[in-house]
Amino acid sequence: MLSLVTFLPLVGALVIFFAVKDNPKLIRYLALGTSLLTFIVSLQILKGFDNSTAAFQFMEEAAWLPAYGITYRMGVDGISLPFVLLTALLTPLCILASWESIQTQVKGYMVSFLALESFVIGVFCALDFILFYIFWEAMLIPMFLLIGIWGGKNRVYAAYKFFLYTLAGSVLMLIAILVMGFKGGTFSIPTLMSIPFSFGLQVWLFLGLFSSFAVKVPMWPVHTWLPDAHVEAPTAGSVILAGILLKMGAYGFLRFSLPILPDASRFFIPFIFGLSLVAIVYTALVALMQKDLKKLIAYSSVSHMGFVTIGLFTYNQQGIEGGILQMVNHGVVSGALFLLVGVIYDRMHTREIARFGGIAHRMPVYAVIFMVFTMASVGLPGTNGFIGEFLILLGAYLANKGVAVVAATGLVFGAAYMLWMFKKVLFGVVANDEVAALQDMNKREVALFVPLLILVLWIGFYPAPFLKMMHASVEQLLIQANTIKAGSAAIAMF
Amino acid sequence: MSKYLLIVLAPLFGSMIAGFFGRWLGNRLASLVTIAGMSLSALLAIITFFEIAVGNGDPVRQEVWSWIVSGDFRVSFGLLIDRLTAVMLIVVSGISTLIHIYSMGYMAEDPDQPRFFSYLSLFTFAMLMLVTGDSYLQLFFGWEGVGLASYLLIGFWFKKESACNAAIKAFLVNRVGDFGFALGIFTIYQVFHTLDYATVFRMAGTGQFPQTVDFLFWGPVNTMTLICLLLFIGAMGKSAQFILHTWLPDAMEGPTPVSALIHAATMVTAGVFMVCRSSPLFELSETALTVVTIIGATTAFFAATVGLVQNDIKRVIAYSTCSQLGYMFFAAGVSAYSAAIFHLMTHAFFKALLFLSAGAVIHSMHHEQDMRKMGGLRKKIPITYAMMMIGTLALTGFPFLAGFYSKDAILEAAYASQTAVGSFAWSLGMIGAVLTTFYSFRLIFMTFHGHPADHHKYDHAHESPWVMLVPLMVLAVGALFSGMLGESMTHLGWFKSAIFLAPGHDAMEHAHHVSLWVKWAPFLMFLIGLGLAWLLYVRLPSLPGIIADHFRGTYRFLLNAWYFDRLYDRIFVQPAKMIGEGLWLTGDGKIVDGCVNGVAALCQHWANQLRALQSGYVYHYAFAMLIGVLVLVSLYT
Repeated sequence: MLSLVTFLPLVGALVIFFAVKDNPKLIRYLALGTSLLTFIVSLQILKGFDNSTAAFQFMEEAAWLPAYGITYRMGVDGISLPFVLLTALLTPLCILASWESIQTQVKGYMVSFLALESFVIGVFCALDFILFYIFWEAMLIPMFLLIGIWGGKNRVYAAYKFFLYTLAGSVLMLIAILVMGFKGGTFSIPTLMSIPFSFGLQVWLFLGLFSSFAVKVPMWPVHTWLPDAHVEAPTAGSVILAGILLKMGAYGFLRFSLPILPDASRFFIPFIFGLSLVAIVYTALVALMQKDLKKLIAYSSVSHMGFVTIGLFTYNQQGIEGGILQMVNHGVVSGALFLLVGVIYDRMHTREIARFGGIAHRMPVYAVIFMVFTMASVGLPGTNGFIGEFLILLGAYLANKGVAVVAATGLVFGAAYMLWMFKKVLFGVVANDEVAALQDMNKREVALFVPLLILVLWIGFYPAPFLKMMHASVEQLLIQANTIKAGSAAIAMF
Repeated sequence: MSKYLLIVLAPLFGSMIAGFFGRWLGNRLASLVTIAGMSLSALLAIITFFEIAVGNGDPVRQEVWSWIVSGDFRVSFGLLIDRLTAVMLIVVSGISTLIHIYSMGYMAEDPDQPRFFSYLSLFTFAMLMLVTGDSYLQLFFGWEGVGLASYLLIGFWFKKESACNAAIKAFLVNRVGDFGFALGIFTIYQVFHTLDYATVFRMAGTGQFPQTVDFLFWGPVNTMTLICLLLFIGAMGKSAQFILHTWLPDAMEGPTPVSALIHAATMVTAGVFMVCRSSPLFELSETALTVVTIIGATTAFFAATVGLVQNDIKRVIAYSTCSQLGYMFFAAGVSAYSAAIFHLMTHAFFKALLFLSAGAVIHSMHHEQDMRKMGGLRKKIPITYAMMMIGTLALTGFPFLAGFYSKDAILEAAYASQTAVGSFAWSLGMIGAVLTTFYSFRLIFMTFHGHPADHHKYDHAHESPWVMLVPLMVLAVGALFSGMLGESMTHLGWFKSAIFLAPGHDAMEHAHHVSLWVKWAPFLMFLIGLGLAWLLYVRLPSLPGIIADHFRGTYRFLLNAWYFDRLYDRIFVQPAKMIGEGLWLTGDGKIVDGCVNGVAALCQHWANQLRALQSGYVYHYAFAMLIGVLVLVSLYT
């Protein structure tokens, strides 16, 4: 099942690559069909998923390189499943969003996109470190191509910046993985969770993994690739980037750092909190001054991800569940916001905030949808953003009041830049002839937002099913994260 | 679906129908749908009121559905309807219904009516959620929900730059308050492990909680004081109290029915409601009560002084609202919660009446709001004049009208509390009473008496349609009689378990037995205020200008509302922008990217030298790395 959901998009990509001649229409339908099928398979996994256990489910194992303890091993639990589902949901929306806006090299685009989906799902399902690493790195290639080929004016600079940043982190992660594998005698992630590494080693391993995860999240100060990558990426690229790729870093902390390196993770709590708080306040202030719509949302992503990393390191159930939920929320909301930017970019070919104004007069449906996601972004009760932020802040407050107080200022700043942006873009008098000529969204465009709107309100009013999915796994994670693997003497020595 | 749930949900249904199908329903039908929803809600609210508040029904408690569950954190959507809620229900649903009806006339020429009515009903839904909630989180849900509706409605005419700015300001200032409120909620959870009112209040009453908690660099602080002060920051935002009041006058950019409903009768009183609802907590902290009293009394005085010199008819009433909310808070601060709620109720009637009458004036003057351009209107719009007069007399405490009972109850309680802050509040309240009467009659005299200032507008002035006048008359009945009928509310024990009083906190009880001069002193204040207003605006109309010229500094200080806006702009808004710009261009641009690009340039330099060996494409390197890992690993097997 997991292999199916992972490789189905890749198979689709290969079929398109080899079997289809230059027929954009067919390619689009094939790509959409593949991604929808993948989504359906992912729903089947959800259906068969047992909420009551923390064990990995849908396990698949096949011998690969036994002498090295490397196995093809896949499985999901309540922490990874939400991301598999999110990826499977967002990809068809992305393909639909690219329906008209991508006109050149449609084939290459769709192939890249489907390959990307495969690798990303693989990252979330892999239970072997080497397998994980392969997916993790492989995913860079289609993303690099998506930005570098179908991006904006400055795409090459952005693509390289994205690539070098992430690659630099990955090298250190690779070393950490290899050390863990050789020391532990296996690359199996579940087994590694119970191997006691000494505290000194844990610290180095943590830093190795951290360098890669922090870039991906991105945490301050290694966030500067994100605004550039977003601005240059095509709409769907931004959606996947914000919606899924950023989650991989935070997922890494949850899957590896906390359970495998619990002592070091606890040791680094103040460090993570510090960076996250800087991210929340710093990028919120920066977002306030942005002139480019996409850059603003990109900076807001960094700020929101700051909340997530705080949640994960609160070491209590509310904080961690809030963090995971907020990742899903951010995927939905920032994904939708980038799609909304795309809608207007397709019409006006600009993202400069000053060029807009009064769009609500011309596009009332657009304005309403935009408003809902804006409110979700600022965490208004009744939207998904509230549940995530509230749980994170509650968890943070229980863990460390100072952190919660500083983080909570993000609520004010977040509202400031989002509402200011909303006013400049949608309110006011019709700014110019281009705005005056705008047509409201067509049915295809509205259809993109319907599933996301449903999720916003569903999680806002009835988050129980989503949280229930995580309960058992998060409880288990907390037990692991609170164990003392290294002897207390070792910690004292350090 | 229970009838109680329907009170809350009927407006939501109306809002959704008008919002989603408004463009097919058309203006008339969309407004009627929301009015139907509101009327149903109001009708059921009246029935509930009779069951619980007039009859002797027990409080209703229902769980609707489980909302958030995470670890041992559990919160449900639920309903708690006791006497406190029953009073609020009737105020919110009743006045909202009247304002919906009034809006049919007031907004008749607006093309976006379905949107307007949808927002208005959405607001009512959120407000009803707020007052019926059975936990602090549901209160917060409603709290932020009304904030959203307020934002949408202030910015309803979103073409206007000023309206959009006012909407954002309202949202942000409220967010600052909510920041404190959220921290208060977190502390409640930390201390009591639940957010459910019943459990929190029970545990608070029996003292089953740690008496101190650590808070930031203050170290251990009194638990209740911390909780109450944090909650009160939220109340200061929502109810526009001194320091966080700056959004309310600007909120007048919204359509007048919005000002009446949200920024006078209901939403802004949410803070007062919250403090009264939390009486089992506030009663346990003398410090918190003292702060509430001081802030309330200061606001009562401050806003009244600013109201003296405003020329925009709506701004005068807005500052008046701010000031009256201050009265309610200091009533709560001296443990006279019942007086606070009583005044909340009577105020809702007469202030809505005043706003809607002002709306009728504006409507008849073709959107003129500057009182200096009015004058002599009493002959042109006599019914509106009569309504406005009733509202004014009720506000200023003319004997046997609403304010006479409720404001006097507050002042008597403050006097009877026999504490230093109580006396402080009483003194400011008494001065405030003079000022209130003065600015209220200044408004009446400038608008309705004297000679028309703008003959063109005067000649075209016309009485409003009945659809606007009838709601005014209903509210006028409330302004006339709600004081007399509601006075029993202030008697000990009327609110039953809804309001808790700590032993010794008996200001309300003593208030009924103060000497006669205390009871009639406010009336004396009324007479002084009226006399001064008459002197300055009827007898010697040139005098105000001379005084303003003579005390230029004071006049400007008041006109600019003590310069709060300018101060906040200097110390918060501009620095935030400057820092943001600095961090972006220098922090991100020069420092971080400088390093990154530097490293990249260095790499490029090396890469150039090795170009013969390499393809130069980064993804080739990545691919090579992958293959390398696989080969490396495979070689060992």
